[in-house]
Amino acid sequence: MTTLRWDALLAILGMWAATYLCRAGGYAVLRAVRLPRFAQAMLQHLPGALFVAYVAPALLAGGVASWAGAAAVVGVQVATRNLGLAMLAGIGAAWAASLAA
Amino acid sequence: MRRAVPLLIGFAPVGLVVGIVAAGKGLSLLEATLMSGLVYAGAAQLVALDLWQDPVSPLAAALAALAVNLRMAPMGAVLAPWLDRLRGWRVWGTLLTLVDHSFALSVAEMRSGGRDAGFLLGTGFCIWLQWVGTTMLGHTLADVVRLPPGHPLFFAGLGAFVGMLVPLWRGARDLVPWGVAAAVAVAANRAGLGAPWPVLAGALSGAAAGAAMEAAPGPRAPGGHR
Repeated sequence: MTTLRWDALLAILGMWAATYLCRAGGYAVLRAVRLPRFAQAMLQHLPGALFVAYVAPALLAGGVASWAGAAAVVGVQVATRNLGLAMLAGIGAAWAASLAA
Repeated sequence: MRRAVPLLIGFAPVGLVVGIVAAGKGLSLLEATLMSGLVYAGAAQLVALDLWQDPVSPLAAALAALAVNLRMAPMGAVLAPWLDRLRGWRVWGTLLTLVDHSFALSVAEMRSGGRDAGFLLGTGFCIWLQWVGTTMLGHTLADVVRLPPGHPLFFAGLGAFVGMLVPLWRGARDLVPWGVAAAVAVAANRAGLGAPWPVLAGALSGAAAGAAMEAAPGPRAPGGHR
C-alpha cells in the first residue's frame, strides 16, 4: 500500500515538472514577449475553440449514446444554467441511449 | 467555490478510473495518490499509465505528460489579464493548480466581468481535492469494481466539457472559429494523430480563423486584452 519505488517516484516527478512547464510556460512567454495583434486576437478566440477541438472527435467516436448525452447537457445547461443538473441529465440520456441501442 | 461543485460530479468517474488503472498497473496507493496530487492531469496520467512498465521509464512518462499537456500552455496566456494582477509566487503557485475545468470556469467568469484571480486558484484547488480523493477511492475499490470501457458513466468526463462550452458561447461570431476547430480536430484525429495534436491543431486553427475574421473588414478595434 505504501511502497514507493524510486523509478515510480522519478517518473511522477518528471511528469509533474513537464506538466508545470506546460501550465506556466505559456504565461511566462507572454510576459517576456509582446504579442503581435493577430496573436492577441487569437487568444480571445482560443478558449471556445480549444474545448470544441477537445469534444468533437470524442463525440464522433462515441456514437448515438454520446450524441444523446451531449444534446441533453446542452439543453439543460441552456435552460437552467446549472452545470450539475446538465451533467446528470447528460449521463442519464447517454445511459438510456446505450440501453436502447 | 460553489461553481466547481458540478464538476465534482462530472469528474468523479475519471478520478475513479485513474485509481483503478493505477492499481491494475501495480502502483501502490501512495504512488497513485502522489501522482494525482502532483501531476493533476487526468488525460496525461492515463497515457503515462498506459506506458507504465516494470521498471518504469521516467523519461517516457515525462514526455507523455509534456505531449498531452501542451494544450495547457495557451491557457495561462488567455488568463494573463488576471495573472498580471498577481505578484511573485502567487502567480506561479496559482498556475500550479491550472486545469481544463478551472480554466473554462475562469474564462467565463473573466468575460462576465470578474476581476478576482483567486477564482482560478479556488476552483483549481476544489477540483484538486476531489481528484486526489477519487483516485484514492478508485485504487482502494479496484478489486471490487469493474467498469467496462464504454460504460455510460464515462460520458461524464466528456459531458462536463460539453456543458462548459455553453457559457463560452458568445453568439454568431463564434460559429466560424468553433466550426473550424471541430473540423480540423476531427480531420487530425482521422489522420491518426495522437494527443495532443488534434486538440492543439483544432484550437489554434479555430482561433486563427476567428482572429482573421476580425482583421478582415479593415482596421476595426482589435480584441486585445480585456
